Amino acid sequence: MNQAGLFTAYRIQEKRLENAQTCSLLLDGSLPDALPGQFVMAWLPGIDERPFSLSENDPIRITVADVGSFSHALNQLQPGDHLWLRGPLGKGFMPRGHSHLLIGGGYGAAPLSFLAKSLCAQGDQVGVCLGARSCADLLFVGEFESLDCQVWLATEDGSAGKQGLLTALLPEVLNALKPETIYACGPIGMLLAIAALARTAGLPAQLSFESVMRCGVGLCGSCELPEETCQQLGLTPGFLVCHDGPVGEISTNHSK
Amino acid sequence: MLTPELNCSFLGMNLTNPLVLASGILGTSPSLMERMALSGAAAITSKSCGPEARAGHPNPVTVAWDCGVLNAIGLTNLGARAEVPLLRETKQRLAALGVPLFASIFAPRLEDYGEVARIIAEAEPDLIEVNISCPNVASEFGTPFSASAEGAAAVTRTVRKAVSLPISIKLAPNVPEISRIAQAVVAEGADAITAINTMPAMLIDAIAAKPVLSNRTGGLSGPALKPIALRCVYELAQAVSVPIIGTGGVSSGIDAAEVLIAGATLVGIGSAVIRDGPSVFARICTELTTFMSVNGYAQLADLRGRALP
Repeated sequence: MNQAGLFTAYRIQEKRLENAQTCSLLLDGSLPDALPGQFVMAWLPGIDERPFSLSENDPIRITVADVGSFSHALNQLQPGDHLWLRGPLGKGFMPRGHSHLLIGGGYGAAPLSFLAKSLCAQGDQVGVCLGARSCADLLFVGEFESLDCQVWLATEDGSAGKQGLLTALLPEVLNALKPETIYACGPIGMLLAIAALARTAGLPAQLSFESVMRCGVGLCGSCELPEETCQQLGLTPGFLVCHDGPVGEISTNHSK
Repeated sequence: MLTPELNCSFLGMNLTNPLVLASGILGTSPSLMERMALSGAAAITSKSCGPEARAGHPNPVTVAWDCGVLNAIGLTNLGARAEVPLLRETKQRLAALGVPLFASIFAPRLEDYGEVARIIAEAEPDLIEVNISCPNVASEFGTPFSASAEGAAAVTRTVRKAVSLPISIKLAPNVPEISRIAQAVVAEGADAITAINTMPAMLIDAIAAKPVLSNRTGGLSGPALKPIALRCVYELAQAVSVPIIGTGGVSSGIDAAEVLIAGATLVGIGSAVIRDGPSVFARICTELTTFMSVNGYAQLADLRGRALP
Protein backbone atom coordinates (compact mmCIF):
# COMPACT_ATOMS: atom_id res chain seq x y z
CA MET A 1 0.00 0.00 0.00
CA ASN A 2 1.13 3.54 -0.68
CA GLN A 3 -0.39 6.96 -1.21
CA ALA A 4 -2.52 5.35 -3.90
CA GLY A 5 -4.62 3.90 -1.12
CA LEU A 6 -5.89 7.38 -0.32
CA PHE A 7 -8.45 9.22 -2.41
CA THR A 8 -7.32 11.39 -5.29
CA ALA A 9 -9.65 14.15 -6.46
CA TYR A 10 -10.03 14.30 -10.23
CA ARG A 11 -12.11 16.61 -12.36
CA ILE A 12 -14.48 15.34 -14.97
CA GLN A 13 -13.16 16.34 -18.33
CA GLU A 14 -15.81 14.84 -20.54
CA LYS A 15 -19.10 13.07 -20.09
CA ARG A 16 -20.31 10.69 -22.81
CA LEU A 17 -23.75 9.21 -23.04
CA GLU A 18 -23.21 5.56 -23.94
CA ASN A 19 -26.82 4.44 -24.08
CA ALA A 20 -30.24 5.31 -22.65
CA GLN A 21 -29.16 4.82 -19.03
CA THR A 22 -25.38 4.73 -19.09
CA CYS A 23 -22.74 7.42 -19.24
CA SER A 24 -18.96 7.39 -19.21
CA LEU A 25 -17.03 9.89 -17.11
CA LEU A 26 -13.57 10.74 -18.46
CA LEU A 27 -11.30 12.26 -15.83
CA ASP A 28 -8.33 14.62 -15.97
CA GLY A 29 -5.76 11.98 -15.06
CA SER A 30 -4.48 8.52 -15.90
CA LEU A 31 -3.65 5.34 -14.01
CA PRO A 32 -0.77 4.05 -16.14
CA ASP A 33 -0.19 0.96 -13.99
CA ALA A 34 -3.82 -0.15 -13.93
CA LEU A 35 -4.67 -3.45 -15.58
CA PRO A 36 -7.89 -4.18 -17.43
CA GLY A 37 -10.30 -5.76 -14.94
CA GLN A 38 -9.01 -3.81 -11.94
CA PHE A 39 -11.38 -1.46 -10.17
CA VAL A 40 -11.45 1.84 -8.33
CA MET A 41 -13.59 2.94 -5.41
CA ALA A 42 -15.38 6.12 -6.52
CA TRP A 43 -16.43 8.55 -3.79
CA LEU A 44 -18.73 11.53 -3.73
CA PRO A 45 -18.30 13.11 -0.29
CA GLY A 46 -21.48 13.05 1.73
CA ILE A 47 -23.16 10.66 -0.73
CA ASP A 48 -21.50 7.26 -1.04
CA GLU A 49 -18.52 5.28 -2.30
CA ARG A 50 -18.78 2.29 -4.65
CA PRO A 51 -16.60 0.11 -6.86
CA PHE A 52 -16.33 0.64 -10.61
CA SER A 53 -14.15 -1.18 -13.05
CA LEU A 54 -12.02 0.98 -15.29
CA SER A 55 -13.32 1.11 -18.85
CA GLU A 56 -10.11 2.92 -19.81
CA ASN A 57 -7.01 4.01 -17.87
CA ASP A 58 -5.57 6.88 -19.92
CA PRO A 59 -7.47 9.05 -19.39
CA ILE A 60 -9.28 7.36 -16.53
CA ARG A 61 -12.78 6.43 -17.61
CA ILE A 62 -15.55 4.84 -15.58
CA THR A 63 -18.83 3.81 -17.13
CA VAL A 64 -21.89 4.12 -14.96
CA ALA A 65 -25.37 2.70 -15.51
CA ASP A 66 -28.01 4.81 -13.77
CA VAL A 67 -29.46 2.02 -11.63
CA GLY A 68 -29.36 3.30 -8.04
CA SER A 69 -29.06 6.44 -5.98
CA PHE A 70 -25.26 6.65 -6.14
CA SER A 71 -25.01 5.83 -9.84
CA HIS A 72 -27.76 8.40 -10.38
CA ALA A 73 -25.66 11.01 -8.54
CA LEU A 74 -22.69 10.09 -10.74
CA ASN A 75 -24.86 10.46 -13.83
CA GLN A 76 -25.73 14.00 -12.75
CA LEU A 77 -22.05 15.09 -12.66
CA GLN A 78 -20.91 17.55 -15.31
CA PRO A 79 -17.50 18.42 -16.78
CA GLY A 80 -15.50 20.39 -14.21
CA ASP A 81 -17.06 18.58 -11.24
CA HIS A 82 -14.84 16.63 -8.87
CA LEU A 83 -14.85 12.86 -8.47
CA TRP A 84 -12.65 11.09 -5.91
CA LEU A 85 -11.07 7.69 -6.57
CA ARG A 86 -8.89 5.25 -4.68
CA GLY A 87 -7.20 2.48 -6.59
CA PRO A 88 -6.54 0.73 -8.87
CA LEU A 89 -7.52 -2.20 -6.65
CA GLY A 90 -7.80 -5.96 -7.03
CA LYS A 91 -6.54 -8.38 -9.65
CA GLY A 92 -7.20 -7.77 -13.32
CA PHE A 93 -7.28 -9.97 -16.39
CA MET A 94 -4.10 -11.84 -17.28
CA PRO A 95 -4.20 -12.41 -21.02
CA ARG A 96 -3.10 -15.84 -22.22
CA GLY A 97 -2.44 -16.72 -25.84
CA HIS A 98 -3.10 -14.52 -28.85
CA SER A 99 -6.73 -15.26 -29.69
CA HIS A 100 -9.22 -14.02 -27.14
CA LEU A 101 -12.97 -14.12 -26.66
CA LEU A 102 -14.44 -11.34 -24.53
CA ILE A 103 -18.00 -11.79 -23.27
CA GLY A 104 -19.94 -8.94 -21.69
CA GLY A 105 -23.44 -9.10 -20.23
CA GLY A 106 -25.07 -5.67 -19.88
CA TYR A 107 -22.71 -3.13 -18.37
CA GLY A 108 -20.22 -6.01 -17.93
CA ALA A 109 -18.91 -4.70 -21.25
CA ALA A 110 -17.20 -1.84 -19.37
CA PRO A 111 -13.93 -3.50 -18.29
CA LEU A 112 -13.81 -5.45 -21.55
CA SER A 113 -13.38 -2.30 -23.62
CA PHE A 114 -10.16 -1.54 -21.71
CA LEU A 115 -9.08 -5.18 -22.16
CA ALA A 116 -9.90 -5.21 -25.89
CA LYS A 117 -7.93 -2.04 -26.45
CA SER A 118 -4.80 -3.44 -24.79
CA LEU A 119 -5.10 -6.80 -26.60
CA CYS A 120 -5.65 -5.16 -29.98
CA ALA A 121 -2.69 -2.87 -29.35
CA GLN A 122 -0.43 -5.93 -29.24
CA GLY A 123 -1.90 -7.25 -32.48
CA ASP A 124 -3.91 -10.13 -30.99
CA GLN A 125 -7.13 -11.53 -32.42
CA VAL A 126 -10.10 -10.38 -30.35
CA GLY A 127 -13.71 -11.50 -30.60
CA VAL A 128 -16.41 -9.88 -28.50
CA CYS A 129 -19.86 -11.16 -27.54
CA LEU A 130 -22.21 -8.63 -26.05
CA GLY A 131 -25.63 -9.30 -24.61
CA ALA A 132 -28.34 -7.09 -23.16
CA ARG A 133 -32.09 -6.88 -22.70
CA SER A 134 -32.53 -4.86 -25.88
CA CYS A 135 -30.58 -2.94 -28.48
CA ALA A 136 -30.76 0.28 -26.42
CA ASP A 137 -29.02 -1.44 -23.48
CA LEU A 138 -25.98 -2.65 -25.43
CA LEU A 139 -22.74 -0.94 -24.52
CA PHE A 140 -19.60 -0.07 -26.50
CA VAL A 141 -20.63 -1.90 -29.70
CA GLY A 142 -19.16 0.88 -31.85
CA GLU A 143 -16.02 1.03 -29.73
CA PHE A 144 -15.29 -2.69 -30.14
CA GLU A 145 -16.02 -2.46 -33.88
CA SER A 146 -13.67 0.48 -34.29
CA LEU A 147 -10.93 -1.60 -32.66
CA ASP A 148 -11.53 -4.17 -35.44
CA CYS A 149 -12.80 -6.78 -33.01
CA GLN A 150 -15.19 -9.32 -34.45
CA VAL A 151 -18.47 -8.57 -32.63
CA TRP A 152 -21.46 -10.84 -31.96
CA LEU A 153 -24.64 -9.53 -30.34
CA ALA A 154 -27.56 -11.09 -28.52
CA THR A 155 -30.60 -9.32 -27.09
CA GLU A 156 -33.44 -10.82 -25.10
CA ASP A 157 -36.04 -9.00 -27.23
CA GLY A 158 -34.27 -9.66 -30.50
CA SER A 159 -33.88 -5.93 -31.30
CA ALA A 160 -30.22 -6.48 -32.15
CA GLY A 161 -28.24 -9.60 -33.03
CA LYS A 162 -29.55 -13.00 -32.07
CA GLN A 163 -32.68 -13.18 -29.92
CA GLY A 164 -32.10 -14.78 -26.54
CA LEU A 165 -29.37 -15.11 -23.97
CA LEU A 166 -25.79 -14.41 -24.79
CA THR A 167 -24.77 -17.88 -23.72
CA ALA A 168 -26.82 -19.41 -26.55
CA LEU A 169 -24.51 -17.67 -29.02
CA LEU A 170 -21.36 -19.11 -27.59
CA PRO A 171 -21.07 -22.56 -29.19
CA GLU A 172 -21.19 -20.99 -32.64
CA VAL A 173 -18.75 -18.21 -31.67
CA LEU A 174 -16.28 -20.65 -30.14
CA ASN A 175 -16.41 -22.60 -33.38
CA ALA A 176 -15.82 -19.56 -35.55
CA LEU A 177 -13.16 -17.82 -33.45
CA LYS A 178 -11.29 -20.76 -31.86
CA PRO A 179 -10.08 -18.59 -28.96
CA GLU A 180 -7.34 -19.66 -26.55
CA THR A 181 -8.87 -17.89 -23.55
CA ILE A 182 -12.29 -16.59 -22.54
CA TYR A 183 -12.78 -13.39 -20.51
CA ALA A 184 -16.21 -12.54 -19.16
CA CYS A 185 -17.96 -9.94 -17.06
CA GLY A 186 -21.64 -9.88 -16.24
CA PRO A 187 -24.30 -11.29 -13.92
CA ILE A 188 -23.32 -14.34 -11.86
CA GLY A 189 -25.76 -16.63 -13.69
CA MET A 190 -24.10 -15.76 -16.98
CA LEU A 191 -20.64 -16.34 -15.51
CA LEU A 192 -21.61 -19.78 -14.21
CA ALA A 193 -23.02 -20.73 -17.62
CA ILE A 194 -19.86 -19.51 -19.34
CA ALA A 195 -17.67 -21.44 -16.90
CA ALA A 196 -19.58 -24.62 -17.78
CA LEU A 197 -19.22 -23.98 -21.51
CA ALA A 198 -15.54 -23.17 -21.16
CA ARG A 199 -14.96 -26.36 -19.24
CA THR A 200 -16.71 -28.40 -21.92
CA ALA A 201 -14.62 -26.67 -24.56
CA GLY A 202 -11.44 -27.20 -22.52
CA LEU A 203 -10.71 -23.48 -22.46
CA PRO A 204 -9.40 -21.39 -19.53
CA ALA A 205 -11.85 -18.68 -18.50
CA GLN A 206 -11.23 -15.49 -16.58
CA LEU A 207 -14.41 -14.25 -14.93
CA SER A 208 -14.91 -10.80 -13.44
CA PHE A 209 -17.27 -10.90 -10.46
CA GLU A 210 -19.45 -8.20 -9.06
CA SER A 211 -20.09 -7.92 -5.33
CA VAL A 212 -21.10 -5.57 -2.56
CA MET A 213 -17.86 -3.88 -1.61
CA ARG A 214 -17.01 -1.97 1.53
CA CYS A 215 -13.31 -1.81 2.41
CA GLY A 216 -12.15 -2.80 -1.09
CA VAL A 217 -8.80 -3.99 0.24
CA GLY A 218 -9.45 -7.43 1.73
CA LEU A 219 -10.20 -6.64 5.37
CA CYS A 220 -13.92 -6.62 5.97
CA GLY A 221 -15.09 -9.80 4.23
CA SER A 222 -18.20 -8.17 2.72
CA CYS A 223 -17.42 -9.25 -0.83
CA GLU A 224 -16.76 -12.95 -0.20
CA LEU A 225 -18.26 -15.14 -2.93
CA PRO A 226 -20.70 -17.74 -1.58
CA GLU A 227 -18.94 -21.01 -0.81
CA GLU A 228 -21.20 -22.93 -3.24
CA THR A 229 -20.17 -20.57 -6.06
CA CYS A 230 -16.50 -21.13 -5.25
CA GLN A 231 -17.05 -24.89 -5.26
CA GLN A 232 -18.92 -24.77 -8.57
CA LEU A 233 -16.11 -22.77 -10.15
CA GLY A 234 -13.12 -24.43 -8.50
CA LEU A 235 -12.09 -21.18 -6.78
CA THR A 236 -10.49 -21.05 -3.31
CA PRO A 237 -13.32 -21.12 -0.75
CA GLY A 238 -13.45 -17.69 0.88
CA PHE A 239 -12.70 -15.97 -2.45
CA LEU A 240 -12.69 -12.21 -1.85
CA VAL A 241 -13.84 -10.27 -4.89
CA CYS A 242 -11.79 -7.20 -3.88
CA HIS A 243 -8.54 -9.03 -3.09
CA ASP A 244 -8.54 -12.34 -4.97
CA GLY A 245 -10.59 -10.82 -7.80
CA PRO A 246 -12.50 -9.14 -9.25
CA VAL A 247 -11.10 -11.46 -11.92
CA GLY A 248 -10.91 -15.13 -11.00
CA GLU A 249 -9.43 -17.71 -13.34
CA ILE A 250 -11.20 -20.98 -13.91
CA SER A 251 -8.67 -23.42 -15.22
CA THR A 252 -9.73 -26.43 -17.22
CA ASN A 253 -8.03 -28.67 -14.68
CA HIS A 254 -10.72 -28.16 -12.09
CA SER A 255 -13.06 -31.09 -12.25
CA LYS A 256 -15.53 -29.87 -9.61
CA MET B 1 22.16 -23.66 12.49
CA LEU B 2 19.49 -23.55 15.17
CA THR B 3 15.98 -24.65 14.19
CA PRO B 4 13.69 -22.60 16.42
CA GLU B 5 10.32 -23.85 17.62
CA LEU B 6 7.34 -21.56 17.04
CA ASN B 7 4.83 -23.67 18.94
CA CYS B 8 3.50 -22.24 22.13
CA SER B 9 0.98 -22.77 24.85
CA PHE B 10 -1.75 -20.25 25.67
CA LEU B 11 -4.25 -20.85 28.50
CA GLY B 12 -3.72 -24.58 28.10
CA MET B 13 -4.18 -24.52 24.32
CA ASN B 14 -1.33 -25.67 22.13
CA LEU B 15 -0.70 -23.46 19.13
CA THR B 16 1.61 -24.20 16.23
CA ASN B 17 2.82 -20.59 16.15
CA PRO B 18 2.05 -17.35 18.01
CA LEU B 19 0.01 -15.68 15.24
CA VAL B 20 -3.69 -14.99 15.80
CA LEU B 21 -6.05 -13.53 13.24
CA ALA B 22 -7.22 -10.33 14.96
CA SER B 23 -10.91 -9.62 15.30
CA GLY B 24 -12.58 -7.54 12.63
CA ILE B 25 -10.34 -8.90 9.87
CA LEU B 26 -12.08 -11.39 7.58
CA GLY B 27 -13.56 -13.26 10.55
CA THR B 28 -17.01 -13.07 9.01
CA SER B 29 -17.76 -16.59 7.75
CA PRO B 30 -16.76 -20.22 8.35
CA SER B 31 -15.17 -20.42 4.91
CA LEU B 32 -13.03 -17.30 5.38
CA MET B 33 -11.93 -18.27 8.89
CA GLU B 34 -11.06 -21.77 7.68
CA ARG B 35 -9.08 -20.21 4.84
CA MET B 36 -7.09 -18.09 7.33
CA ALA B 37 -6.38 -21.18 9.45
CA LEU B 38 -5.27 -23.13 6.38
CA SER B 39 -3.02 -20.18 5.53
CA GLY B 40 -1.14 -20.46 8.82
CA ALA B 41 -3.03 -18.50 11.48
CA ALA B 42 -2.60 -20.56 14.67
CA ALA B 43 -5.77 -19.14 16.22
CA ILE B 44 -8.69 -17.27 14.71
CA THR B 45 -10.69 -14.43 16.21
CA SER B 46 -14.12 -13.99 14.70
CA LYS B 47 -15.55 -10.56 13.91
CA SER B 48 -17.22 -9.00 16.95
CA CYS B 49 -20.86 -9.80 17.34
CA GLY B 50 -23.39 -8.06 19.53
CA PRO B 51 -26.96 -8.49 20.73
CA GLU B 52 -28.59 -7.45 17.47
CA ALA B 53 -27.83 -7.36 13.76
CA ARG B 54 -26.01 -4.24 12.60
CA ALA B 55 -25.41 -3.16 9.00
CA GLY B 56 -22.46 -1.00 10.03
CA HIS B 57 -21.56 2.43 8.70
CA PRO B 58 -22.08 3.55 5.10
CA ASN B 59 -19.06 3.80 2.74
CA PRO B 60 -16.34 4.96 2.83
CA VAL B 61 -15.45 2.66 5.73
CA THR B 62 -11.74 2.06 5.06
CA VAL B 63 -8.72 3.66 3.53
CA ALA B 64 -5.33 1.98 3.50
CA TRP B 65 -2.09 3.73 2.63
CA ASP B 66 1.60 3.32 3.40
CA CYS B 67 1.36 4.50 7.03
CA GLY B 68 -1.55 2.36 8.02
CA VAL B 69 -5.23 1.72 7.72
CA LEU B 70 -8.09 3.86 8.96
CA ASN B 71 -11.39 2.06 9.30
CA ALA B 72 -14.84 2.52 10.73
CA ILE B 73 -16.79 -0.52 9.58
CA GLY B 74 -19.23 -0.02 12.43
CA LEU B 75 -19.50 -3.49 14.01
CA THR B 76 -21.33 -5.10 11.11
CA ASN B 77 -22.71 -8.43 12.35
CA LEU B 78 -25.76 -10.66 12.20
CA GLY B 79 -26.52 -10.56 15.92
CA ALA B 80 -25.46 -13.17 18.47
CA ARG B 81 -28.37 -15.59 17.88
CA ALA B 82 -27.72 -15.76 14.15
CA GLU B 83 -23.95 -15.99 14.64
CA VAL B 84 -24.13 -19.10 16.85
CA PRO B 85 -24.65 -21.66 14.04
CA LEU B 86 -21.94 -19.98 11.96
CA LEU B 87 -19.50 -19.97 14.86
CA ARG B 88 -20.39 -23.57 15.68
CA GLU B 89 -19.58 -24.58 12.13
CA THR B 90 -16.40 -22.51 12.21
CA LYS B 91 -15.38 -24.19 15.45
CA GLN B 92 -15.86 -27.62 13.85
CA ARG B 93 -13.81 -26.72 10.80
CA LEU B 94 -11.04 -25.14 12.88
CA ALA B 95 -10.97 -27.98 15.40
CA ALA B 96 -10.22 -30.37 12.53
CA LEU B 97 -7.13 -28.24 11.86
CA GLY B 98 -6.15 -27.99 15.53
CA VAL B 99 -6.78 -24.24 15.48
CA PRO B 100 -8.67 -22.64 18.38
CA LEU B 101 -11.52 -20.20 17.80
CA PHE B 102 -11.69 -16.96 19.77
CA ALA B 103 -15.15 -15.40 19.51
CA SER B 104 -15.24 -11.63 19.85
CA ILE B 105 -18.29 -9.99 21.39
CA PHE B 106 -19.43 -6.42 22.01
CA ALA B 107 -22.52 -4.79 23.44
CA PRO B 108 -23.88 -1.28 23.63
CA ARG B 109 -24.91 -1.61 27.28
CA LEU B 110 -23.25 -3.25 30.26
CA GLU B 111 -26.13 -5.64 30.93
CA ASP B 112 -26.08 -6.91 27.32
CA TYR B 113 -22.52 -8.22 27.60
CA GLY B 114 -23.54 -11.11 29.81
CA GLU B 115 -26.39 -12.09 27.52
CA VAL B 116 -24.26 -11.95 24.36
CA ALA B 117 -21.53 -13.99 26.08
CA ARG B 118 -24.06 -16.61 27.19
CA ILE B 119 -25.49 -16.93 23.68
CA ILE B 120 -22.09 -17.11 22.00
CA ALA B 121 -20.88 -19.69 24.54
CA GLU B 122 -23.39 -22.10 22.93
CA ALA B 123 -21.06 -22.26 19.92
CA GLU B 124 -18.32 -23.47 22.28
CA PRO B 125 -15.50 -21.20 21.18
CA ASP B 126 -12.16 -21.78 22.89
CA LEU B 127 -12.15 -18.24 24.27
CA ILE B 128 -14.40 -15.22 24.30
CA GLU B 129 -12.67 -11.97 23.47
CA VAL B 130 -14.57 -9.08 24.99
CA ASN B 131 -14.39 -6.00 22.80
CA ILE B 132 -14.93 -3.02 25.09
CA SER B 133 -12.87 -0.68 22.99
CA CYS B 134 -14.35 -0.22 19.50
CA PRO B 135 -13.56 3.42 18.72
CA ASN B 136 -16.19 3.76 16.01
CA VAL B 137 -19.54 3.59 17.77
CA ALA B 138 -19.24 6.28 20.44
CA SER B 139 -22.00 8.33 18.81
CA GLU B 140 -24.39 5.42 19.35
CA PHE B 141 -22.98 3.63 22.39
CA GLY B 142 -21.35 6.47 24.34
CA THR B 143 -17.86 6.37 25.79
CA PRO B 144 -16.32 2.89 25.42
CA PHE B 145 -16.08 0.79 28.60
CA SER B 146 -12.33 0.63 27.97
CA ALA B 147 -12.02 4.29 28.95
CA SER B 148 -12.05 3.62 32.69
CA ALA B 149 -10.93 0.89 35.05
CA GLU B 150 -14.42 0.89 36.59
CA GLY B 151 -16.20 0.43 33.24
CA ALA B 152 -13.79 -2.26 32.08
CA ALA B 153 -14.06 -4.10 35.40
CA ALA B 154 -17.86 -3.98 35.34
CA VAL B 155 -18.00 -5.60 31.87
CA THR B 156 -15.50 -8.25 32.92
CA ARG B 157 -17.55 -9.05 36.02
CA THR B 158 -20.71 -9.39 33.93
CA VAL B 159 -19.10 -11.70 31.36
CA ARG B 160 -17.25 -13.68 34.02
CA LYS B 161 -20.54 -14.37 35.77
CA ALA B 162 -22.21 -15.39 32.52
CA VAL B 163 -19.69 -17.92 31.17
CA SER B 164 -17.04 -20.31 32.37
CA LEU B 165 -15.02 -20.16 29.11
CA PRO B 166 -11.69 -18.35 29.17
CA ILE B 167 -12.13 -14.62 28.51
CA SER B 168 -9.75 -12.02 27.17
CA ILE B 169 -10.55 -8.32 27.46
CA LYS B 170 -9.57 -6.16 24.49
CA LEU B 171 -8.23 -2.82 25.69
CA ALA B 172 -7.94 0.57 24.05
CA PRO B 173 -4.64 2.44 23.63
CA ASN B 174 -6.07 5.93 24.18
CA VAL B 175 -6.13 5.92 27.98
CA PRO B 176 -3.74 7.50 30.44
CA GLU B 177 -3.01 4.31 32.39
CA ILE B 178 -3.68 1.09 30.51
CA SER B 179 -2.00 -0.92 33.28
CA ARG B 180 -4.51 0.16 35.89
CA ILE B 181 -7.37 -0.88 33.60
CA ALA B 182 -5.72 -4.24 32.95
CA GLN B 183 -5.25 -4.85 36.67
CA ALA B 184 -8.93 -4.06 37.25
CA VAL B 185 -10.13 -6.58 34.65
CA VAL B 186 -7.72 -9.26 35.85
CA ALA B 187 -9.03 -8.74 39.38
CA GLU B 188 -12.51 -9.48 38.01
CA GLY B 189 -11.39 -12.75 36.48
CA ALA B 190 -10.07 -11.99 32.99
CA ASP B 191 -7.88 -14.87 31.81
CA ALA B 192 -5.98 -12.82 29.25
CA ILE B 193 -5.62 -9.31 27.83
CA THR B 194 -5.81 -8.41 24.15
CA ALA B 195 -3.91 -5.21 23.55
CA ILE B 196 -4.62 -3.10 21.68
CA ASN B 197 -7.64 -2.00 19.68
CA THR B 198 -7.18 0.62 16.98
CA MET B 199 -6.34 4.24 17.82
CA PRO B 200 -9.09 6.81 17.21
CA ALA B 201 -8.00 8.96 14.28
CA MET B 202 -9.23 10.96 11.32
CA LEU B 203 -8.30 11.66 7.73
CA ILE B 204 -9.59 14.75 5.99
CA ASP B 205 -9.73 15.24 2.25
CA ALA B 206 -8.58 18.81 1.71
CA ILE B 207 -10.36 19.27 -1.60
CA ALA B 208 -13.64 17.89 -0.31
CA ALA B 209 -13.04 19.74 2.99
CA LYS B 210 -14.63 16.74 4.71
CA PRO B 211 -13.52 13.76 6.79
CA VAL B 212 -12.87 10.81 4.50
CA LEU B 213 -14.81 8.18 6.45
CA SER B 214 -18.59 8.41 6.62
CA ASN B 215 -18.28 7.96 10.40
CA ARG B 216 -15.90 10.95 10.31
CA THR B 217 -13.48 9.26 12.72
CA GLY B 218 -12.08 5.75 12.54
CA GLY B 219 -9.58 3.42 14.13
CA LEU B 220 -5.97 3.64 12.99
CA SER B 221 -4.10 0.35 12.56
CA GLY B 222 -1.12 -0.88 10.58
CA PRO B 223 2.48 0.38 10.77
CA ALA B 224 1.55 3.66 12.48
CA LEU B 225 0.02 1.73 15.41
CA LYS B 226 2.98 -0.55 16.17
CA PRO B 227 4.96 1.78 18.48
CA ILE B 228 1.80 2.46 20.45
CA ALA B 229 1.04 -1.26 20.74
CA LEU B 230 4.61 -2.00 21.83
CA ARG B 231 4.41 0.59 24.59
CA CYS B 232 1.09 -0.79 25.83
CA VAL B 233 2.21 -4.44 25.78
CA TYR B 234 5.45 -3.49 27.53
CA GLU B 235 3.54 -1.75 30.33
CA LEU B 236 0.91 -4.48 30.62
CA ALA B 237 3.49 -7.24 30.84
CA GLN B 238 4.86 -5.57 33.96
CA ALA B 239 1.44 -4.91 35.49
CA VAL B 240 -0.40 -8.24 35.11
CA SER B 241 0.59 -11.89 35.09
CA VAL B 242 -2.07 -13.14 32.63
CA PRO B 243 -0.97 -13.77 29.03
CA ILE B 244 -1.22 -10.93 26.53
CA ILE B 245 -2.34 -11.12 22.91
CA GLY B 246 -0.21 -8.29 21.51
CA THR B 247 -1.96 -6.74 18.53
CA GLY B 248 -1.13 -3.61 16.58
CA GLY B 249 0.75 -2.94 13.38
CA VAL B 250 2.62 -6.24 13.09
CA SER B 251 3.46 -6.85 9.45
CA SER B 252 6.76 -8.75 9.55
CA GLY B 253 8.54 -11.44 11.53
CA ILE B 254 10.72 -8.78 13.17
CA ASP B 255 7.57 -6.87 14.20
CA ALA B 256 6.20 -10.08 15.72
CA ALA B 257 9.48 -10.65 17.57
CA GLU B 258 9.30 -7.11 18.95
CA VAL B 259 5.79 -7.66 20.33
CA LEU B 260 6.94 -10.91 21.97
CA ILE B 261 10.04 -9.19 23.35
CA ALA B 262 7.72 -6.52 24.81
CA GLY B 263 6.02 -9.29 26.76
CA ALA B 264 3.18 -10.72 24.65
CA THR B 265 2.45 -14.45 24.49
CA LEU B 266 0.54 -14.32 21.20
CA VAL B 267 0.67 -11.83 18.34
CA GLY B 268 -2.45 -10.54 16.61
CA ILE B 269 -2.32 -9.98 12.85
CA GLY B 270 -4.85 -7.63 11.30
CA SER B 271 -4.13 -4.91 8.77
CA ALA B 272 -1.08 -6.75 7.41
CA VAL B 273 -3.53 -9.05 5.63
CA ILE B 274 -4.05 -6.18 3.14
CA ARG B 275 -0.61 -6.41 1.60
CA ASP B 276 -0.27 -10.16 1.21
CA GLY B 277 -3.73 -11.54 1.72
CA PRO B 278 -3.95 -14.75 3.76
CA SER B 279 -0.37 -15.74 2.90
CA VAL B 280 0.79 -13.09 5.37
CA PHE B 281 0.77 -15.71 8.14
CA ALA B 282 3.21 -18.01 6.39
CA ARG B 283 5.50 -15.11 5.55
CA ILE B 284 5.60 -13.76 9.10
CA CYS B 285 6.26 -17.26 10.49
CA THR B 286 9.15 -17.75 8.09
CA GLU B 287 10.60 -14.37 8.95
CA LEU B 288 10.19 -14.98 12.68
CA THR B 289 11.90 -18.36 12.38
CA THR B 290 14.80 -16.78 10.51
CA PHE B 291 15.10 -14.00 13.08
CA MET B 292 15.16 -16.50 15.95
CA SER B 293 17.61 -18.75 14.18
CA VAL B 294 20.04 -15.95 13.35
CA ASN B 295 19.84 -14.51 16.84
CA GLY B 296 20.05 -17.75 18.76
CA TYR B 297 16.55 -18.09 20.15
CA ALA B 298 15.44 -21.71 20.33
CA GLN B 299 11.87 -21.08 21.42
CA LEU B 300 9.36 -18.29 21.86
CA ALA B 301 9.71 -18.39 25.64
CA ASP B 302 13.30 -17.17 25.23
CA LEU B 303 12.04 -14.05 23.47
CA ARG B 304 9.06 -13.30 25.65
CA GLY B 305 9.45 -10.16 27.75
CA ARG B 306 13.16 -9.88 27.07
CA ALA B 307 12.94 -6.10 26.91
CA LEU B 308 11.31 -5.85 30.31
CA PRO B 309 13.37 -4.28 33.08
